[in-house]
Amino acid sequence: MISVYHFMTVAAILFAMGTYGVLTRRNAIVIYMCIELMLNSVNLTFIALSSHLQSMDGQVFVVFIMAVAGAEAAVGLALMITFYRNRETIDVDDMNLLKL
Amino acid sequence: MVFCKSPINSAIGLVNTFFCLAIFYVMLNAPFMAAIQVMVYAGAIMVLILFVIMLLNLGTDDRKRYTNGSVWSALASLLVLGNVIFFIKRGRVTGAEGDITAFVVESVGHTELIGTTLLTQFMLPFEIASIVLLVAIVGAVVLAKKEV
Repeated sequence: MISVYHFMTVAAILFAMGTYGVLTRRNAIVIYMCIELMLNSVNLTFIALSSHLQSMDGQVFVVFIMAVAGAEAAVGLALMITFYRNRETIDVDDMNLLKL
Repeated sequence: MVFCKSPINSAIGLVNTFFCLAIFYVMLNAPFMAAIQVMVYAGAIMVLILFVIMLLNLGTDDRKRYTNGSVWSALASLLVLGNVIFFIKRGRVTGAEGDITAFVVESVGHTELIGTTLLTQFMLPFEIASIVLLVAIVGAVVLAKKEV
């Protein structure tokens, strides 16, 4: 029988993989995709707990997380396009405009 | 998907992950969430990401793919994983149980339940989310314009 603990373990593994990707990759789009992975693991935790506790609140939170993720996708990808237009790269190691 | 060389391969792996998560949501008695997951994430957001990857013409990274200190990053993520798994193994999930059982979800309908909760109890956050989306649209248009 699959319990809520199994779903939470899967979500924890997904979150750790997303953390590793965010910390190690250099391509900004791949970093963004890893952030999406972390958001989705949190969504999985929310839905597993809301199904376990037989309540609707967690799933409504997931709707809001999805709205924020959509807003983040629009703004983040527009930022990447602007940066690429100025610097011809989206490597995060080259993003040093604020460095003295 | 974290270890792929090409960003396109990462994106395809992420789409597969999203579909598997949608299957999990169906298993958890949340079919509406699975539909939104497929439509919003696997449909809209991934199309946006793939569009940007192809627009910027990003090939395979020929330089070093990882930043320095990937060992420390692996340690940090393993620390996060260990912590969470420790709490999951040792703890118990408790809380005030509601009355939305699997039977109620099947008889009333998941979409109706979500809609009722969203438009009565969570009305103000719903409106705030719509304002956030509006601001994001305006910001994206302003940022991606030709002359900034």
